[in-house]
Amino acid sequence: MYRLYVVTGLAVVISCVANRDKTYSAGVIAIKKFVNILPAFVAMLILVSIALFLVPDKVILNYLGNSNKFIGVLFASFFGSITLMPGFIVFPLAGILLGKGVPYMVLSAFTTTLMMVGVLTFPIEKEYFGVKVAIIRNVIGLFIALSVAVMTGIFFGEIF
Amino acid sequence: MRRSIVKIAGIICYLLFLIGSYIFGFNPGREIGYNFIAFSVDMLKILPCAFVLIGLFEIWVKKETVEKHLGEESGIKGYIWAVLLASTTVGGLYVAFPVAYSLYRKGAKLAVIFTYIGASAICRVPMTIFEASFMGIKFTLVRLFVSLPLVVITSILLGDYLTRRRYRIMEGK
Repeated sequence: MYRLYVVTGLAVVISCVANRDKTYSAGVIAIKKFVNILPAFVAMLILVSIALFLVPDKVILNYLGNSNKFIGVLFASFFGSITLMPGFIVFPLAGILLGKGVPYMVLSAFTTTLMMVGVLTFPIEKEYFGVKVAIIRNVIGLFIALSVAVMTGIFFGEIF
Repeated sequence: MRRSIVKIAGIICYLLFLIGSYIFGFNPGREIGYNFIAFSVDMLKILPCAFVLIGLFEIWVKKETVEKHLGEESGIKGYIWAVLLASTTVGGLYVAFPVAYSLYRKGAKLAVIFTYIGASAICRVPMTIFEASFMGIKFTLVRLFVSLPLVVITSILLGDYLTRRRYRIMEGK
């Protein structure tokens, strides 16, 4: 994370040295854009806070662990689509589940939909792309995630 | 105008609910409030930097440069650039959308934009390394080799379709 601050800091300093006025207008643009999209971010945060309450991590993990692997894949893609979890939480959990015997393909369906399908980021996406394109993009993401799950199942010998 | 009033009213109701829950010890409300604060803090660590970088990008990078490398004439290199750029993106989709919009405004073509968004979901470098260390390198490689080509192909199809429909990306409404 600190690398982001270093990079941003350096960029601002270099920009200031090169041209102070331009840096100032860059700052104005940054603030304007941030304020414009802020309501959508707040909407997303509200959705996230409620979704995480309704489907806490533990519930998700139970569903992934206790079922037939094809039903597991479906559950996994459903939960992966409707929640939002940072990588540093997901992968250690997935590693533990792997140790408990949850199939690779179920975990891959879960992590890939988490990455690609964003029901909770929808308020932001639709602000930029419109409702229709946002839906198309997410549906495509879901299909890609399912393809990944199936291929993972084949490569790890879980399907054949 | 009316829509934004509804939105603001919704946000105020939500906040009142959180404050009420806190005062009266309503546990579900407290938990939701905790989730809200935890995620807001996480995002506030990233978003200001992301938007400052977007601002600098808009000011310093010339339209011709983006058009040449990511625009209609960019060919296969445009997609390679999109994936490389995506792999350095921090945060997640919520950062990729505003970046994608800036790239679009500077003349990147739609197929490249969708590739960038898809790739920033699946191949951010720190996340990928983290994944490989917990799930094994084979798991990560299967995921990347299956998803990345599909992301590029579907982006080209979607980009072509939308370009034919004269679709344009708008910021807000």
